[in-house]
Amino acid sequence: MNILTGNDLKSGAVVWWTGEGWSIHVNDAIEVGDDTDATCAREEAARNVNLPYAIEATRDASGWRPAHIKERVRAIGPTVRPDLTLKPADPDIGNWVI
Amino acid sequence: MYLYDQYDQAMVDARVAEFRDQTERRLKGALSEEQFRPLRLMNGLYLQLHAYMLRVAVPYGTLNSRQMHALADIADKYDRGYGHFTTRQNIQYNWIRLEDAPDILADLAAVEMHAIQTSGNCIRNISSDHFAGAAADELVDPRPYAELLRQWSSFHPEFSYLPRKFKFAVIASDTDRAAMKLHDIGIQIVRNHAGELGASFYVGGGMGRTPMIAPCIRDFVPLDQLITYAEACLRVYNRYGRRDNKFKARIKILVHELGQDEYTRQVEAEFAHMLEQGIEPPLAELERIKGYFEQPVFESGLAADFDRSDPDFALWADRNTHAHKAAGYVSAVISLKPVGGIPGDASAAQMHLMADLAREYSFDECRVMHTQNIVLPHVRIADLHALWTQLEAAGLGSPNLDTIEDIIACPGLDYCSLANARSIPIAQKISQRFAQSGRTAELGELKLKISGCINACGHHHAGHIGILGVDRKGKENYQLLLGGSEAQDTSLAKITGPGFDEDGIVNAVEKATDVYLANRAEGERFLDTYRRIGMEPFKEALYG
Repeated sequence: MNILTGNDLKSGAVVWWTGEGWSIHVNDAIEVGDDTDATCAREEAARNVNLPYAIEATRDASGWRPAHIKERVRAIGPTVRPDLTLKPADPDIGNWVI
Repeated sequence: MYLYDQYDQAMVDARVAEFRDQTERRLKGALSEEQFRPLRLMNGLYLQLHAYMLRVAVPYGTLNSRQMHALADIADKYDRGYGHFTTRQNIQYNWIRLEDAPDILADLAAVEMHAIQTSGNCIRNISSDHFAGAAADELVDPRPYAELLRQWSSFHPEFSYLPRKFKFAVIASDTDRAAMKLHDIGIQIVRNHAGELGASFYVGGGMGRTPMIAPCIRDFVPLDQLITYAEACLRVYNRYGRRDNKFKARIKILVHELGQDEYTRQVEAEFAHMLEQGIEPPLAELERIKGYFEQPVFESGLAADFDRSDPDFALWADRNTHAHKAAGYVSAVISLKPVGGIPGDASAAQMHLMADLAREYSFDECRVMHTQNIVLPHVRIADLHALWTQLEAAGLGSPNLDTIEDIIACPGLDYCSLANARSIPIAQKISQRFAQSGRTAELGELKLKISGCINACGHHHAGHIGILGVDRKGKENYQLLLGGSEAQDTSLAKITGPGFDEDGIVNAVEKATDVYLANRAEGERFLDTYRRIGMEPFKEALYG
């Protein structure tokens, strides 16, 4: 399955396409199928997102898991600074990334 | 240290205003990302994994306390309370908002700093010996020559769009503390048989995908021809460097493919042509610059030793200081490598403290080392204990300079969009492993360097032990390398064999040190033993 990601233009924050807008939480993402060009072009032209692209991901009961480790790092934050991740209270968040 | 004149300040202020306008146009949609990207990169602003990243230039690593305070203020005001000191003597901020970037550049300009030419295919920050102006073994202070090169290369219209990025290092001692031969151009200030100062030029070194040690193409360039010769080297590269293939575009590839003799022949021909044009700045300009690097007035009659009754302090003082040219003084190294910490990271509070200590104990000056530590270059030996006490209280007193805990590590996959694997967790695990086993001191000098991709920002080719992170079918994998050096005995490390996973690479490093301890002769460092016994005993221990 594919989901869309990019960076917020102003802040640079990692964001995910929810179908209605962009969220910093990967679990808010929706499955977008294979044809994402139009959505990417429209959203980038509206400056809602910077450099959007589709990635592969799987979904289970706990939510989305990007296929590649780089995207999992993007989704959560640096594994070496749990306090700066989106789940600062979870000391094992690095294991989700790996 | 160098202070901006009206031209420096006017250029930097103009660039801030220009980038503010460009940023506003980007945010309003008048510029696309494709149009804006090269403009932001010219000002050191990257888009990394989590946010924009700003790389700030620290020319030859030298900072005064006002500048260090300003860097700390930027970390607090615009970032998340910390900065990362890099292997090019710069500092990076990882969580920058685009809309804040012009204000940050303005704050930097207010303390005579900027982020210009910290990215792009241009001449980057000029690096140098972090003990410059202090080291007992230096011929002269190399920084005036680095500053002259900085002024020449800043906004140089002919070299703003080179085939690829271009890095200089300048030293002035036979001991190389700046990895000089692993730069596009390395310059060593030397004296000839007539007693005149000049420059040896080493051209075509580098790490990255194709590591190479720069050959010396001219052993003496008179100082009044320094810029002309550098320009000739760049011109030949700019003319023939491979613009068709990014991976073959660095000058090291050109020198290798042309051959040292042919490249040198072309440089000499260009040099002869350019001498007639008289482009060299007058020596008076070099003398003006030298005036900014006058030595502080050192006290005489100071004590040359210190009270060793506190063993923790004595260990730090023995390990983290370097011989100074003035009696009674040393250069003190502040380690940014606490056990289990992130190499090169410093909190805003730590930066403020280092600024205060530089002002109190080191003539208002500190240096960024390419090994991601900070130097206070001129400290009275009598002040060392007071200095150490404050460092220790702030988590900055690790006594580990040049040991296996003093690891160079790039940001890796935790921050960098180019990385294939994480570097920092490996550094953390290794420093913890050796600190817990208590073997760090026993191993002595052992330089371990980790890169998260082939671009080698972590200098893995030049480590006595090097580690390269790669992506193996979506999994992090780590190759082990042995035998590199970035010192005057420059050598390139060789891969031991198949890679390891995250825990496996830590075990592999420990096994390599076991081989060293079992085989070392009296007085040998890890590197010496490796060079004497070769790779096979290490391979046997790792894979046998």
